[in-house]
Amino acid sequence: MAPEPPLLTMSGITKSFPGVRALDGVDLEVQAGEVHCLLGQNGAGKSTLIKVLAGAHQPDGGEITWRGEPAALKSPIAAMRLGIATIYQELDLVEGLSVAENVFLGHEPTTARFVVRTREGRTAAAALLKRLGHPEIDPARAVGELSAAQQQIVSMARALSHDVRLIVMDEPSAALDPDEVDNLFRIVAALTADGVAVVYISHRLEEIRRIGDRVTVLKDGRAVAVGLPAKSTPTRDIVAMMTGRNVEYVFPPRTTDSAGAAAAEPVLKVEGLARKGEFDPLDLELRPGEIVGLAGLVGSGRSEILETVYGARKPSAGRVTVAGKQLRPGSVRAAVAAGIGLAPEERKAQALLMLESVTRNVSVSSMSRFSRAGWIDRGAERRAARTATRELSLRPDNPDTPVRTLSGGNQQKAVLARWLLRGCRVLLLDEPTRGVDVGARAELYAVIRRLADEGLAVLLVSSEVPEVLGLADRVLVLREGRVVHAADARELDEHRVLDLVMEGSPTS
Amino acid sequence: MTQPVSSAQQSGPDKGAAPAPVAEPRKKDGPSRTFGLRADVRNLSLLGVLAVLVAVGGFTEPDAFLDTGNLQLILTQSSVIGVVTVGMTFVITSGGIDLSVGAMVALASVWATTLATQEYGFAGILFTAVIVGLGAGLVNGVLIAYGRMVPFIATLAMLASARGLALQITDGKTQIVTVKSVLDLGLPDSYVLGIPPLVMMFAAVTVIGWLVLNRTTFGRRTVAVGGNAEAARLAGIDVRRQRLCLYLLSGLCCGIAAFMLIILSGSGQNTNGNLYELDAIAAAIIGGTLLSGGRGTIVGSVLGVLVFTTITNIFALNNLQSDVQQIAKGAIIVAAVLVQRRTSAHGET
Repeated sequence: MAPEPPLLTMSGITKSFPGVRALDGVDLEVQAGEVHCLLGQNGAGKSTLIKVLAGAHQPDGGEITWRGEPAALKSPIAAMRLGIATIYQELDLVEGLSVAENVFLGHEPTTARFVVRTREGRTAAAALLKRLGHPEIDPARAVGELSAAQQQIVSMARALSHDVRLIVMDEPSAALDPDEVDNLFRIVAALTADGVAVVYISHRLEEIRRIGDRVTVLKDGRAVAVGLPAKSTPTRDIVAMMTGRNVEYVFPPRTTDSAGAAAAEPVLKVEGLARKGEFDPLDLELRPGEIVGLAGLVGSGRSEILETVYGARKPSAGRVTVAGKQLRPGSVRAAVAAGIGLAPEERKAQALLMLESVTRNVSVSSMSRFSRAGWIDRGAERRAARTATRELSLRPDNPDTPVRTLSGGNQQKAVLARWLLRGCRVLLLDEPTRGVDVGARAELYAVIRRLADEGLAVLLVSSEVPEVLGLADRVLVLREGRVVHAADARELDEHRVLDLVMEGSPTS
Repeated sequence: MTQPVSSAQQSGPDKGAAPAPVAEPRKKDGPSRTFGLRADVRNLSLLGVLAVLVAVGGFTEPDAFLDTGNLQLILTQSSVIGVVTVGMTFVITSGGIDLSVGAMVALASVWATTLATQEYGFAGILFTAVIVGLGAGLVNGVLIAYGRMVPFIATLAMLASARGLALQITDGKTQIVTVKSVLDLGLPDSYVLGIPPLVMMFAAVTVIGWLVLNRTTFGRRTVAVGGNAEAARLAGIDVRRQRLCLYLLSGLCCGIAAFMLIILSGSGQNTNGNLYELDAIAAAIIGGTLLSGGRGTIVGSVLGVLVFTTITNIFALNNLQSDVQQIAKGAIIVAAVLVQRRTSAHGET
């Protein structure tokens, strides 16, 4: 492209957290004045990467070059001094302070380095807001009183208050109305015209088409494509890169024959279940031994459906029946008592007790099994938990291991063991291989299939189309909270599903 | 049954010989061993502190400190706050806080010593103290669990109201207890093998508290709620009921403590239990209970109480003013928390 060196080059960036390798050799190259889009599913490593870029995380390995020279982003302040500003999705503004105070937080114009020159700050803030096309925002107002879109503008003004050369925007359009998005794009265009580079993160492909110059796609902590032209790369190719497999997986063979399964009584019946603004009325039947997959992009309502079936969200209509018994809506305990188990999307935040051992994580939903009058028989508990974890080949084979030291795949097995021990009949799996090392996935697939063979009914949500197609017997394709297609998994292929998933999005 | 075939799948659940699956076990610095030891190390270090204190007491005032009567006194003085601390440990372990314990002790102690209550004798006093504690705990629990109030605020409100009510009941006067069977429990004649009844009550509450926290589903749920309330809810635990029960438990402990205080002082006063909340929280924290919840230790809390009481005793024997005591207390809290950081250095939270 340009004769001068790229503004930013990151190569071979790695970063591990306990239990998961978040970045596994990521490359990124950003030119001055371009909009560089960063794409990837949840958990692909985008947020970790931008935190490295913002100086909030220190990479374990790899090199960063800034304007042709090696750079170390030791802290957020160091990154900011170089001219890298980050606008996070959850805006990091202090709601009780004024707009101007937020803009200049940490580098206020001062007298004698101590007394804040309020008026000067307000004037400067007003100038920045004007540059961003929002002169109507009063610099003296408290940020908490502003709309989400206005807060975002303030966040951008803060970025511009530094001598910024690169702005990272993490899903800036997520909270915005369409015309607010138009304004955002105007701002981005004005910034790049001034030579500022923008790293733009979004799930919305059509936005990337509109403002992006180049695209880097992340998947499983790796960059699967670096610097593709944003306007001319076919949407299908991009989505395939985000969702596809770059490794051939061995999916366990299906053992249920559809005819036999169809004859069985459904164990889970979902009738007209809906949640306003999240998903439309849904009908679904799940038979023992069957794996049904929900395919869809982020925002298609797939996780919301699972959590509503589980009672973690209260439905606005419809009902859930397990083995002929209708569940009290919006009650997790009713669902668990009826034999539903959930392996949620955010394992650490929603499922695991990170300070506790494997045994206690596994036994937490079945404590009454090893207790009399509340008194726990710890020997029986340990043995039962161990039987369950061994059945799933959880490593290490030590029930006292703290769960936080396990790898992602083994943490997931601990969650599955919990429901195995509980003896549940319906298993809801939300992104079961999220944060699981690529190598360990085949094993999880086999485990899930075996559980189904043993009579469990499984409802599987995954943003990875091949995973749904390879593992499920039946697939429901979701788009914008609606089932747009339902078919036997063997009748579908990846391209067909991708078309269905994206159909109707304006620019595909 | 057809066994599904896959590249990585092990043939069965047989242990040992099977090669490790593709997921490598993470290399960490011996996590399984440090995990079991960590709590012990902390308790050991606190025991060490206690030993040092005893040595200091023995050297500075050999006769007065090691005197049986003085040791009985230390244990007796630990008993009332100790019972409160056991309840507090449960609440903190669940990720909550109870600022109203001192006020609940005061309210229970004055309500149980009104002239009307005293007419019912021993049982009337005990019953009233316990019921008042439970009642106040119930209000806390309902506000927090079902009214979704922040524990800090709800129990702060209870602190203010319960103290106010205690003052209203007594009109600021000390209510002398005349029930002989109650007073007798405080006299040396009632000691069994040299152990005062109050100390036995403290020991009983400690043992029961330890068993409940470590051996029952109630204890497990407490830890789960404190460790990750959302995960606990999604695992099928009734988080709200658990929270309600925990504040009830704290109230119960305060009721028992109030009864013990009545025995100890022979009276009920609206100023009773002053700043117990701070002492109980401090003892639990230096004992090793995480203020953020998810880990709690009754043994640590009890050791924490003993450390504080022993310091107070040594300082009093050496005729040091209470201001010095307070400074020493603060220093110990800081030191204990710093030591804990060292022993449980694993980054997270």
